[in-house]
Amino acid sequence: MNLHLSHDIGVWIAALLTLGIFSFLYRDNPVYKFCEHLFVGVSAGYYVVLTMISSVYPNLFQPMFTSFMKDYHWLLVIPLILGIMLFSRFFPRGDWLSRWPIAFVLGVYPALRITGFGQGDFVEQIHGTILPLWVPGSIGATIGNLLLVAGLVCTLIFFFFSKEHKGALGGTARVGIYFLMVSFGASYGYTVMARVSLLIGRVMFLLDDWLGALKF
Amino acid sequence: MSFLAGLRYMDRRWIFLGVGLLVLLPLLFSFHIAPVQPSNRARGFYDAIEKVPEGSVVLLPGDYDPGTAAENYPMHLAAARQLMRRNMKIIALALYPAGPPLTDQVLRIAGAEYHKTEGVDYVNLGYKVGNELVMSQMGQSIPKTFPVDNRGIPVNKIPVMKGIQNFQQIRLIVNVSAGYPGTKEWVQQVVSRYHVPMVAGVTAVSAPEYYPYLQAGQLHGLLGGMAGAAEYEILVGAPGLATRGMDAQSLAHLFIAFMIILGNLAFLAGSKKGNGR
Repeated sequence: MNLHLSHDIGVWIAALLTLGIFSFLYRDNPVYKFCEHLFVGVSAGYYVVLTMISSVYPNLFQPMFTSFMKDYHWLLVIPLILGIMLFSRFFPRGDWLSRWPIAFVLGVYPALRITGFGQGDFVEQIHGTILPLWVPGSIGATIGNLLLVAGLVCTLIFFFFSKEHKGALGGTARVGIYFLMVSFGASYGYTVMARVSLLIGRVMFLLDDWLGALKF
Repeated sequence: MSFLAGLRYMDRRWIFLGVGLLVLLPLLFSFHIAPVQPSNRARGFYDAIEKVPEGSVVLLPGDYDPGTAAENYPMHLAAARQLMRRNMKIIALALYPAGPPLTDQVLRIAGAEYHKTEGVDYVNLGYKVGNELVMSQMGQSIPKTFPVDNRGIPVNKIPVMKGIQNFQQIRLIVNVSAGYPGTKEWVQQVVSRYHVPMVAGVTAVSAPEYYPYLQAGQLHGLLGGMAGAAEYEILVGAPGLATRGMDAQSLAHLFIAFMIILGNLAFLAGSKKGNGR
């Protein structure tokens, strides 16, 4: 195995920080804490600067200061004032001013999400479960559709709390629990795959970008 | 105390070491367990891009950051390769702050392979804060939502953006997503309102959430995690990072499954001796 160590200082910093974070697997230690705090600080700084450069300047300041009267750009004064009002939280005597922009966000955001959910999830998902329970010529599709509809009905009944789960209702709800457990198992399997993938990604970085030990 | 019952008190760091070695060794010595077989979900992703006429405009939101690059980056790169091979006009963007540099890297690598020019064949519009609001505003006007690209060039001076107003000019959305905001929001805000076809490559941990969209036809294809990325790399004909990682993934999965069985046996052995919960 031949090593071809990287000559890039950035790769070295990234590799040493990766090892610093991995050191937590042995036990908590100052190196891990340093890496963690560094990450939080750099991320916060990066996010603030990026938001200024990519959103606040091109979408607010530039149209306001270069073409104020064009395309209703003067309306941007409203979000500018609302944004400034948010900073009133730093001043105890005027912090009530920040409630107005927060109220605006709380009004707009749920409305956007509720309509999105209604169209994208609620209606379309009901539509997606209206399926033929007998598909001529395809026993696989028939079984799949039957399982989907049965799973949906049983699981919905499990979440029906207006009547005690006894008799037929209780039996159906119990089947619903089995369907839920299968879905939890599948989710757990996928979660394991995700975490192992992230480890593979880091190990590949260390072996390839840093040590140059991988042959592709 | 029997061996099995004693396992309940084993230091968990032995398990970390086991997983670490099983990931490290296959990568170092490159041995193969089984070939990667593309699933119907990956074929759906591939076919949806193949069905779009050459030269069409495709939206490529890369909604992830380095935290999930191991899963998302390979599928992002493979998607850029397939899109460029088919001479699509790519409009890339990111709703994750650390997304634009990864998108830049993907477009530059694929662009160099297929001799594509930035600004003419593809553009990276960069990051925009606002999550669903960005999607909603793009439905009104993409140039007003992204007045400049990632390099600060006004979009009205970028050839690939000529004639692009909103989602009516977009033939397909190819979303690479790590969570929120991502595939769910694109489906809710764009697919259901503007009826733009969409395929998604997502992290494994979020993949089960999107199967209903696939079943209902709201997504035409779905890549789940590194396994999905590896299947797609095979279809595109460019095996890369994901395909290379699959043997390590398989060995680590076998080890974890074995440890789950062993853990349950140890629990049962402990319970029989009256040391249960």
